[in-house]
Amino acid sequence: MTTVKEEQTTTSVALGDLIREVEGIHADGYRLVQIGCTNIGEAYEINYSFDKGYRFRNLRLTVEPEIEVPSITGIYWGAFVYENELHDLFGIPVTGINIDFKGTFFKTAEKFPLSITRKGGDRCQNV
Amino acid sequence: MPKRIVVPFGPQHPVLPEPIHLDLVLEDEKVVDVIPSIGYIHRGLEQLVQKREYPEYVYVAERICGICSFMHALCYCQGIEHIMEIEVPDRARYLRTIWSELSRLHSHLLWLGLFADSMGFENLFMRAWQLRESVLDISEDTSGGRIIQSTCKVGGVRRDIEQGKLEEIHRVMDTFEEKCRGLGNVFLNDETVKYRLQGLGVISKDEAYTLGSAGPTLRGSGVAIDHRETGYAAYGDLGFKPVVETAGDCYARCAVRVRELYSSIDLIRRAIEEMPEGGIDVKVKGAPNGEYFSRVEQPRGEVVHYLLGDGTKHLVRARIRTPTLANVPALVKMLPGAQLADVPVVVLSIDPCISCTER
Repeated sequence: MTTVKEEQTTTSVALGDLIREVEGIHADGYRLVQIGCTNIGEAYEINYSFDKGYRFRNLRLTVEPEIEVPSITGIYWGAFVYENELHDLFGIPVTGINIDFKGTFFKTAEKFPLSITRKGGDRCQNV
Repeated sequence: MPKRIVVPFGPQHPVLPEPIHLDLVLEDEKVVDVIPSIGYIHRGLEQLVQKREYPEYVYVAERICGICSFMHALCYCQGIEHIMEIEVPDRARYLRTIWSELSRLHSHLLWLGLFADSMGFENLFMRAWQLRESVLDISEDTSGGRIIQSTCKVGGVRRDIEQGKLEEIHRVMDTFEEKCRGLGNVFLNDETVKYRLQGLGVISKDEAYTLGSAGPTLRGSGVAIDHRETGYAAYGDLGFKPVVETAGDCYARCAVRVRELYSSIDLIRRAIEEMPEGGIDVKVKGAPNGEYFSRVEQPRGEVVHYLLGDGTKHLVRARIRTPTLANVPALVKMLPGAQLADVPVVVLSIDPCISCTER
């Protein structure tokens, strides 16, 4: 019988609390595993995943299209790969990324292929 | 202050026939800054999940990567099985472990060859790839495929390995290990290799951890994280300890992979010795309704498959975070300070798999 020693938790976070929550997780000694996004129809569900000793903790942020999301690269420097992906595939404007490719990290044939409102859009809104 | 120039590395480069591009900012021959670019061959495989029924998507998952094909399929299947509360037969768990470790062996041997090539050690490159052939022979013999085994499915495995074949693999492992140790001895003890690798591309334990690095890149910096410790497949029964080095340089990352060859051989032997009797799959009914972050330790590190189902045959979302993507930030941090001639060696030391990354 399979016994996987892993605990997974997911908690919702409000946009205004995101940075504070991530700072708390960083202070607790968690490492960043990934940031992933899901198109849930009228909004996006963004999962910020962290791990410490195989305790897998997710912060779930739900945002509507065109809402700016603050970057967490000031806390987790390596998050730029995931945040550029959020922008390039989903068209989510992420503000304050340490290495901002401004829409050129993923060179897809169609701009923002997974976006709710900006699919096929021509320009990045990050400035 | 020396004049700064920007030298492009890739997306096509002799030592790395995969499209990653780096803008290297140099002062004389010394790298002072790096800007990475990927995305040249993004394939949209995640989106295919909405067009393929969930059992069929296994075939897509195992084509995300040409090297760790089996482990992508395993990670996906384990995720679906968790959501649907499917208990896989014990024999299937052990067979999955054997194919996983065979994948790790051939991946590490492939990398060791490429790494030797990046240092200009052509003879060592050929020896590593010669050894890799014997792993591919076992893979072909047991699954019909050299690289894409296609043996994993939701609910178990598609093929069994008969007892005689298992005993033969066990015997082959003796001579194979001897040859691996001979090869590993050159990588770990040859003066020219050590001179080229030690102190190069250093990343500290804290940096590797907070940057979210994975696999040998993380363990080479002294962080003992290996997802096999959680006990998925048969690792919980067999017992497992991560291979760790502490120097954080190219030599340490190489040493982790060399020692993981021995660890994989040991796991295969023990899985064969303790192989349970019984069925290899269970019948799967219904469709997944729920979500799960499935994680498996690939040769390059931990892979994450986030799977979300709504009770229909098509998943709502599959999001795949591959280890190379997680190691890109570490690469950006380890290159400054290196000489231009050492850049290919440092880049290869994270074992980049752009095929995986461009899922």
